[in-house]
Amino acid sequence: MTRNTLFGGAYAIAFFTFLFGPLVIMVITAFNSSRFPRVVPWECFTTGWFGELLGNARLMDGLLNSVIIGLGVVALAVPIGLAGALALSELPARLRAMLYTVLILPILIPGVVLGISTIVLWGQISRGLGVGALYNGFFLTIVGQITFVSAYAMLVFIARLQRFDATQTEAALDLGATPGQAFRKILLPFMAPAIGSAAFITLLASFENYNTTVFTVLSESTFTTALASKVRHGTDPSLSALAVIIITITLVGALTNEAYQRRKAAQAGGPSARSPLYANPITQALTHPGVVFAILVTVIAGLSYAGSRHDSSVCEAAVLQDKMARQEALRAAQQEKIEAQQAQENTLPKSNSAFGGAFGGLGGSTPAPEPVAPKPASPSAFGGAFGGIAPPQSDD
Amino acid sequence: MPDRSVLLDHVSIRFGNFTAVDNANLKINSGEFFSFLGPSGCGKTTMLRCISGFSEPTEGRVLIGGKDMAGVGPNKRPTALIFQHLALFPLMTVAENIAFPLEVRGASKKERRKKADELLDMIALPGIGDKKVSELSGGQKQRVAIARALAVEPDILLLDEPLSALDLKLRQHMRTELRAIQKQVGVTFIYITHDQGEALTMSDRVAVMSRGVIEQVGEPDLIYNRPRSAFVASFVGENNGLQGVIKGQSGEVAALETPMGTFEARVGGGRKYKPGEEAILFVRPEQLTPGASTNRFEATLTRQEFEGATNHVFARSADTELRISMVNAGLAGSPLGQGENLSLGFAPMNATILPVGHMASEA
Ligand SMILES: Nc1ncnc2c1ncn2[C@@H]1O[C@H](COP(=O)(O)OP(=O)(O)OP(=O)(O)O)[C@@H](O)[C@H]1O
Ligand SMILES: [Mg+2]
Repeated sequence: MTRNTLFGGAYAIAFFTFLFGPLVIMVITAFNSSRFPRVVPWECFTTGWFGELLGNARLMDGLLNSVIIGLGVVALAVPIGLAGALALSELPARLRAMLYTVLILPILIPGVVLGISTIVLWGQISRGLGVGALYNGFFLTIVGQITFVSAYAMLVFIARLQRFDATQTEAALDLGATPGQAFRKILLPFMAPAIGSAAFITLLASFENYNTTVFTVLSESTFTTALASKVRHGTDPSLSALAVIIITITLVGALTNEAYQRRKAAQAGGPSARSPLYANPITQALTHPGVVFAILVTVIAGLSYAGSRHDSSVCEAAVLQDKMARQEALRAAQQEKIEAQQAQENTLPKSNSAFGGAFGGLGGSTPAPEPVAPKPASPSAFGGAFGGIAPPQSDD
Repeated sequence: MPDRSVLLDHVSIRFGNFTAVDNANLKINSGEFFSFLGPSGCGKTTMLRCISGFSEPTEGRVLIGGKDMAGVGPNKRPTALIFQHLALFPLMTVAENIAFPLEVRGASKKERRKKADELLDMIALPGIGDKKVSELSGGQKQRVAIARALAVEPDILLLDEPLSALDLKLRQHMRTELRAIQKQVGVTFIYITHDQGEALTMSDRVAVMSRGVIEQVGEPDLIYNRPRSAFVASFVGENNGLQGVIKGQSGEVAALETPMGTFEARVGGGRKYKPGEEAILFVRPEQLTPGASTNRFEATLTRQEFEGATNHVFARSADTELRISMVNAGLAGSPLGQGENLSLGFAPMNATILPVGHMASEA
């Protein structure tokens, strides 16, 4: 029994560490002033990476583009998906199976293929029609993403439609509603939750898509493509800052949703099922999803404001000072070693020490978080040669 | 008073090769409570959907109030349908459900509320307008569905086994209630059921259906006492069927030779039989009595089921299982014992000779 609980506890800890460990580490690195995302050695608490992230014009332009494209995709993919699901539900079984396969196919086709085929097709069309405006990163990305994103939306709608009782529509018609009224007043309200989730899923799918977008976006860039090219040039803690922002938004959303669901469940359960929280008017108001949301946003806004006022420059300067001093000491040690070596080599006819310590001084110009320790055992001239070079920089 | 009659003019409905309704030809009168009675799958719902406009007849015409309904959609017909599972709208309140027909016709919010309250009063459920549908009991849902259908102010109300989901007590209560509502509003009710008790107690007239064919149309007592086919005789109420060969016929009465003996009985549907023809004689359990002077035979009691006022006695005669209902004579009567010999008879006018045809259990 106790062994079991012990094992269970250990397992749970291991599981959650595996699941959330990377996130926790990432959040911590966002506040470390080290130029490379890391937890140790801890240098200074800083909020500078958020500023750096917001100051990155390419990322921010990409974000705006992603939002525009995402909204366009939602506006088109949701109605297309709904229409597809409705068409499927009306068709006779054999035709339905065929159409289903056709509509689902874009999900199975690699995104790269969709992206390339989109630019090829629309290139032809725009040239054929002589409308150059069609060959535009925004338009092509929206069109390209819709081909498969609307299939996601359709799957969401199909799942919901399967629970729809078709006699509801018949009853509405029988009671005098026109087909349009039956659709608006009966089917659409029933589908409302699915429309919400479909919009959310399509927005996310559009936002995070890379494979198709990287082709169709042409010379523009979305948040994802901008991020990808940034990472290719090396990573820095401003990406951790981005992760913190995303995690925060997710948490706020999740908590608000939880408050909403609990409230709904309590209301559906009748007075007896309601916890004392919902009986007291004050706690009832406090647990209202709107209030929960407002409180969370206020807290975050306050923290952000406090964070933006935080100045870590003094600490960072001290760290820099410290580093430079250490660097200097290392360089001196290096120099000494090289000189000793040279003295030895002077007795030999040929010298290959031309690079010895040549790069040692570079470290002085940029702050180096952790110089590679010179291998004392190594007789090579390169032993400490790169010690002073900073890790890859993220400047484009 | 508007013409609220329905005429089915040689209506057939086919799905591919399968004939769900075969040449139905009958008139339902204005203000009548009319039932279609038949076993599951005999085409009742198909018939109702055709009257309400969800499907068109493959052949023939449907006339409502004398007007041909070909090409008129369900939302344009003066009918309202109460579905087998009611089909109340779960996302609306009770009042919104009831006022839905007014809403789609563009009535103001005030009018809708007023109508909903009126109808809620009529179905004796005042003040539940703001409840959700899911908060109602089965019988309440039932009544709300009726109120919603009546809000259309239909000429014809079509009901598809609306009581089948209710428990026995509530079902019996709702029968009386339905009948009362029908008398009150004067609308033609077309009621579908596979429960003969329901059909016989509520209806002015009943149509008995089997395998898509309307076997007989008539008042409940005629359906019971004067069945016109072996199916109707065996489906409506309990019956004993004795198969045999015709010996002769004189006028209304024929003689049938069965393994149990030769019996005389009324011929069903005014038919003429030739001697030697096969036929079945149907006699109700309550018509078999020890006191009858005609059509006498001997039988051995095999088992009894006591049910208060009546005692169901099962007896065997010449390999035929018979069912006999006896009125409980109380302590004054002498009790019957297992294996006892019974001497029974029945009056010729209380039995019917019908042509051989499929029976209810084979439907
Ligand atoms: N759309 C359809 N396509 C093919 N066959 C159908 C269709 N609708 C009904 N049928 C067939 O028609 C026959 C009659 O069906 P119907 O629904 O009218 O029966 P019912 O008398 O209402 O039975 P129940 O009492 O079980 O409701 C059934 O055999 C059914 O399989
Ligand atoms: Mg049915």
